Amino acid sequence: MLPPAVASLLVASVALTGCAQQRDDGVFTVLNSSTDASYHGWDAAALARCGKQLGLTIEQRSVPAAHVMTKSLRMASSKSLPDVIQFDASEMPTFAGAGGLVDLRTLGLSTEDVPGGIVDFGSYRGTYYGAARTVNTLALFYNEDLLDQAGLRVPTTWAEMRQTAKQLTRGKRYGIALSAGGAEDGVFQFTPFMWSNGGDERDLATRNVAGALDHWKGLIADGSLSRSTVNWTQADVNDQFMAGNAAMMINGPWQVDTLNTKKDLHWKIARIPVPKAGDTSVGPLGGTVLTVPRTGEATRERTAAKIVRCMSSEQEQITYARNSRTVPANEKAAEAWRREVPELAALADQVATARSRTTKVGARWPSVSLALQSAFQSALTGQSSEAVLKKAQLRATGGGRGE
Amino acid sequence: MTTVSTTVPAAHRTTAGGRPPSRPARRRRLSQWGFIAPAVVFMLLFFGYPLVRNVVMSFQDFSPSTFFDGRSPFNGTDNWSKVFHDDLFGKALWHTVVFTVGSLVGQFGIGLALAVFFTKRFPLNGFLRSLILLPWLVPMVVSGVVWRRILDQDTGVLNSFADTLGLGGNTPWLTSPGTALFSVILVNVWIGIPFNMVILYGGLQEVPRELYEAAALDGASAWRTFRSVTLPLLRPVITVVLVLGFMSTVKILDLILALTDGGPADSTQTLGTLTYQNSFVQLDFGAGAVVGNVLILISAVFAVLYLRANRSEGK
Repeated sequence: MLPPAVASLLVASVALTGCAQQRDDGVFTVLNSSTDASYHGWDAAALARCGKQLGLTIEQRSVPAAHVMTKSLRMASSKSLPDVIQFDASEMPTFAGAGGLVDLRTLGLSTEDVPGGIVDFGSYRGTYYGAARTVNTLALFYNEDLLDQAGLRVPTTWAEMRQTAKQLTRGKRYGIALSAGGAEDGVFQFTPFMWSNGGDERDLATRNVAGALDHWKGLIADGSLSRSTVNWTQADVNDQFMAGNAAMMINGPWQVDTLNTKKDLHWKIARIPVPKAGDTSVGPLGGTVLTVPRTGEATRERTAAKIVRCMSSEQEQITYARNSRTVPANEKAAEAWRREVPELAALADQVATARSRTTKVGARWPSVSLALQSAFQSALTGQSSEAVLKKAQLRATGGGRGE
Repeated sequence: MTTVSTTVPAAHRTTAGGRPPSRPARRRRLSQWGFIAPAVVFMLLFFGYPLVRNVVMSFQDFSPSTFFDGRSPFNGTDNWSKVFHDDLFGKALWHTVVFTVGSLVGQFGIGLALAVFFTKRFPLNGFLRSLILLPWLVPMVVSGVVWRRILDQDTGVLNSFADTLGLGGNTPWLTSPGTALFSVILVNVWIGIPFNMVILYGGLQEVPRELYEAAALDGASAWRTFRSVTLPLLRPVITVVLVLGFMSTVKILDLILALTDGGPADSTQTLGTLTYQNSFVQLDFGAGAVVGNVLILISAVFAVLYLRANRSEGK
């Protein structure tokens, strides 16, 4: 009779450990997606500094970015939420909408010195749930040598972009690379074209959105943009640029470390070209926000807010921005950072006009994003922009739960 | 079940001497149950519960807020009709059929041919056989990432190889909705060959040599020998290979996510990726459960066919 008894015991203990864990009063946990060794190390150092300052022990738990949401939801149902969760800004509204986050202002966090756009970035329905340390966006990266050799200037409008890309396309080398992959990467890259052309994610079936899509289609038709773009992530785009298979690319500052490993590659960045001269280049704000999940323990939540405040303090922002090549969220910190890395100034300019993906559609963003991915992939592989966008709009509003 | 009933009486004979007949009988029954209990508990807990939960969930409004307040109101067949009215479901179902049939035919055909080939004695036989096992040892996601590079339209090895052979090296393997599904099947066939080959090779070793000698004496051709001796004797093994292959192919997810993410333009969406997308991207767990249930149902039909086939073999 021993085996069944042992087995039942094992089963019971497995079942029990899955349930609520007792929180240790002196130990606070932060859940993030810093699984890369470098990011994990930077965060560990920041948490150690903040822990020392606040007299606490802070533990870091990192899971892959795609699992932060599902992991957090599971932890919520087993009442074992961490004290601080670092969400991707596009995911935060979903968790906030489910009632999982505490208003940071009620916990004593101020939004002074934080630009309005970045407060919106961390807000859902007007409530400030997420403090950003730094933000990022997209820019036009170009190979300086190739442009100089061809005697070309950096394009600033769509017409120039198309012309320059065409002139830089030679043999196996494409003029430009970007990601139109079937995941968030592709949608993130499409937004600066959609928004700068006056498009809006609440209504995809408009001439403005179709115009942006047609601009991409034009690049493919010219042969300046590889058809493989529909299968590329942003990391793939960077690989192509570094291998010399593309003279320009749309990408983000998180690639800078990798780019700098290739010493003979002389690259620079500029703002993403706009439909016509005088238009504003509107990029997407990317990055993560620090949130305090609702654990129901008021004192712990207040302490968690202190951790968030410390991590998003001016000095920590500059340190993190310097490490990760992103732009500090705080205005004063951004000024200091801009003086320090003038070569990335174009990025700071782009951030100033950038906007969040979820301000207008909130928790409905995942549905809009999926519909849009499918639409631009269909258009880039041959269908008409208007037709696919009309279908996408139906899918975006039909499939999701309304705002 | 059969092992339990044969081992228990032996144990009973040694311990039961001299007691009234009713008690040993009860003890025997109790210890029988004792041996079965762990398996039953395990099955109920790790298979029964999730299965029932998934079916129930497909009739519930199960959203992120459910994780906080535990409320998941029943919404009748809302999830089902939403999923069945989505164009994507029909597409994904069709892609799943094409993917499964294509993969099975390719894996099994090539696997069987290789298995037969390796029954011949020739130098380096063992070495080559272990080399062919390699795809099986590589994790699925790694295969996906490597193949994505091989199949790249501009810089992939396959296209530059075709180019040097003068076959026109510009095939949009993964980047055209017309060819992406075919390419994904190709990669899955590559991954599945070793499994098919190993099991079928094992089955071929069981076929008595004398039968081949007899067939040769009767003057049967190679094809006739294969059809009348090899195939019939291999049938039980073939059933196992095909059913297990079917089960692992129909629910494919990781390979497609690594190769195409379901794209371009949803041309490689299958029921597996659709479940994933519904549940973990859109966080609509009710809709995800519906697609999951459809998958379970399809698998269950084949599992029953498999069990019945095995039972009739046993008689």
